[in-house]
Amino acid sequence: MLFKASRLSGGSAALPGASLPRVELQEEDGFITYRLSGDWTTRTAGVIDRHMRDLLKKEAKRVHIDLGDVRQLDTAGAWLVARLVFEQRRRGAEVELTGESEAARILLDAVAPTAEQPDIPRKTHSDGWISRALAAVGRSVYDIRDDLLYGFHILGATISGAQMKLGRRNSVNPAAIASQIDRMGVGAVPIIVLMSAIVGAIIAQQGAFQLRYFGAEIFVVDLVGILILRELGVLMTAIMIAGRSGSAITAEIGSMKMREEVDALTVIGLNPVGVLVFPRLVALVVALPCLTIVANGAALGGAMLIAWWYSGIPPSAFIDRLRGAIDLTSIFAGLIKAPFMAMIIGIIASVEGMKVGGSAESLGRRVTASVVKAIFIVIVVDGLFAIFYAAIDF
Amino acid sequence: MATAEEDQTEAPRAAETENGREIVLSAEGVTVRFGTTTVLENLSLDVYRGEILGFVGASGSGKSVLLRTILGLVRKQAGTIRMFGRDLAELDDAERMLIDMRQGVLFQHGALFSALTVLENVQVPMREYIDLPKKLMDELALLKIELVGLPREAANKFPSELSGGMIKRAALARALALDPDIVFLDEPTSGLDPIGAAEFDELVAKMRDTMGLTVYMVTHDLDSLLTVCDRIAVLGKKRVLVHGTVEDMMKSEEPWVKSYFRGKRARQVVRPAARMKEDS
Repeated sequence: MLFKASRLSGGSAALPGASLPRVELQEEDGFITYRLSGDWTTRTAGVIDRHMRDLLKKEAKRVHIDLGDVRQLDTAGAWLVARLVFEQRRRGAEVELTGESEAARILLDAVAPTAEQPDIPRKTHSDGWISRALAAVGRSVYDIRDDLLYGFHILGATISGAQMKLGRRNSVNPAAIASQIDRMGVGAVPIIVLMSAIVGAIIAQQGAFQLRYFGAEIFVVDLVGILILRELGVLMTAIMIAGRSGSAITAEIGSMKMREEVDALTVIGLNPVGVLVFPRLVALVVALPCLTIVANGAALGGAMLIAWWYSGIPPSAFIDRLRGAIDLTSIFAGLIKAPFMAMIIGIIASVEGMKVGGSAESLGRRVTASVVKAIFIVIVVDGLFAIFYAAIDF
Repeated sequence: MATAEEDQTEAPRAAETENGREIVLSAEGVTVRFGTTTVLENLSLDVYRGEILGFVGASGSGKSVLLRTILGLVRKQAGTIRMFGRDLAELDDAERMLIDMRQGVLFQHGALFSALTVLENVQVPMREYIDLPKKLMDELALLKIELVGLPREAANKFPSELSGGMIKRAALARALALDPDIVFLDEPTSGLDPIGAAEFDELVAKMRDTMGLTVYMVTHDLDSLLTVCDRIAVLGKKRVLVHGTVEDMMKSEEPWVKSYFRGKRARQVVRPAARMKEDS
C-alpha cells in the first residue's frame, strides 16, 4: 500500500522545498514493516498525522520501522515515530528500528518521554454550574468588601497624609501635587470648556423651543442657570475627569505595580499610598472644583449665545434675568459635590491600579473597571445629593 | 507513485560554502547610525551551519543593535545581510515569511505573551505558519515544553506564574516551536543560577547535535562561551574585533579581549574548562 499524503491536507502549498512524508506499509501475518520516507518535520507533520494515528491501532506481533529513506527528521517527526513505537510496544509487539542516523537516535530518545504520555495535564475537574454560579456570587461579594476596605485604607492614609513610614513624617511633596494639578486640571481645560459650552447650548436650544409654546421663552435662562449650576456642570466634569484622569491613574499605578516599582517603594521605606496616591488625590480634589467653575462658565456662555441666536434674548437681558433666577446657594449646591466626586474618582482609580496583576490583559481590565465604576458611583452620588438637598430644602 | 514532481519544487538551498561549510548567516559592510551616532560601521560576520557562535562585547558596544538589525527590527544605513544565501533586503513578503519560519528568537527577558499560557505561547508560531490539527499542535507544543526541561504542569501556567529561569525555558520552547534552522539567543543564561545556566548550555549543545541547529548567542557568561561555543566573535570599535576559537581569543592582543579572557575572573574559569575539554 502506498500512501499518498498530499491528498490529506491542503497545507502543502506553503511548503516549497519540502518533500512530503510518506509511510509504506507491508503486512504479513502479524509482521508489519513500515518504510518511512520524505521530510518528517514540524512543517509537514500535519499532513501525515491522521494517517499515523490510524496506524497506532494496528495489531501486530512484530513491527519493523525503517527510517532509511527519511530525508529530514526534526523533533516533530521524531515524536510521530516515537509515538508509533511506544503505542505498538504497549500493544505487545516487538518493535525494531533500522536505518536511523546517529542524530535521529538521539532525537528519538529525547522525545520518547513525551511520546509516552502525550496528554496535557488539565486543571482539576470543574464543578457543576450551580456551584460555579454561587461561587461567582460569593467571590464578587468578597471582592466588593475588599474594594471597600482598600478604598477606606487609601482614604485614611490620605487624610493622615502619610508620606513616609518613618523619618520625615507627614511631609508632602508640593512639586508632585503641582505637576499632577497641571496634568489633570490645566490639561483638561480645553476639552471641558468645549464640552460644557456645547451641552449648555443644546439645553438652551431645546428649552427655548419648548417654552416658546407658552410664550415664556425668557424662562430658558432660569432653566439653564439652575440645571447647569446645580447638576450638569459638576456631573459632566466629573464624568470627563473619570475617563481622562481616572484611567491615567489606574494605568500609571498598575504598570508600576506590574514592574515591581510599587514593591521597590515599600522596601525603600516609602509608603506607596503616600507617594503615588496622595498627590494624585489632592490634585484631583483641587482640580475638580476649579474645572467645575470653568465648566459652569462655559455652559452659561454657550447657553447665552444660543438664547441670543434662536430667541433674540440679548446677553444683557440674559444676565439680568440670571441674576434673579439663581443665587449663591445654586452655585454652592453644585460646587460642594465636586470634592466628593474627586475623591471617588481618585480612590476607585487607585484601588483598581493596585489590583493589577502580572499580565497586560489584567491592566486593560482594571482600567476599564476603574472608569466604569467611577462614572457609575459619581452618578449615584449625584442622585443622593439631589435627594439630600430636597430633604433639607437647600 | 511518483515523487519526481515534488522533488522539482525543491527550493534552492543556501549554496554558499566556505571550507565545505555552509554559511547560514552573513553580514557584510553593515553600518547602523542613530542620528549622528554611528553604532556599527562596515561590520562583517559569517555564521556557519551547525555551529554555536558566542557573541561578546562591552556593554553599549552594539551587540543588541546588531541582533536587532539582523532580525530587521532596526534599519541599517549600508551593507547586506544574507540569511540562507538570500539578501534579506530584497525579499518580498512571502519569501520573508519563509525565512521567518526558519529562525527563532529568544529575547533577553523572554517576551512571552502575558495573556497566554505557556502552551498557547508555544503554539503562536505554529498557528501562524502551519496548518496543524489542534490535537497534534497541543502534543507538539507539550513536546517542546518538555524538551526544554519544563515540567508538563507548566504548560497551563501563565508567564506571571513562572520563575525567571522557567520564563527563559518557555521562551526557548517558543523559539524552537517550528524547529528552526537558526536561533538567536539574547543573553540566555543571564539571571539563571550556575546550575540552571549549565543545564541551559547543555540543552543548546544537544539541540545543535541532534537537529543541526545553528545558534547565534549574545552572552556575557564565560562558562557558556568556553563550554558550548564553537566560535566566539568580539564586538568593539563598531565592528567585529576578533573572531575564532577560545584559543584564538587567548592569543589576541586586543586590550578588551585580553582583559575579558585573561583577566582575573576569566582565569578562574578558563583553566578548568580548558582542562575539561582536553579530557573529553
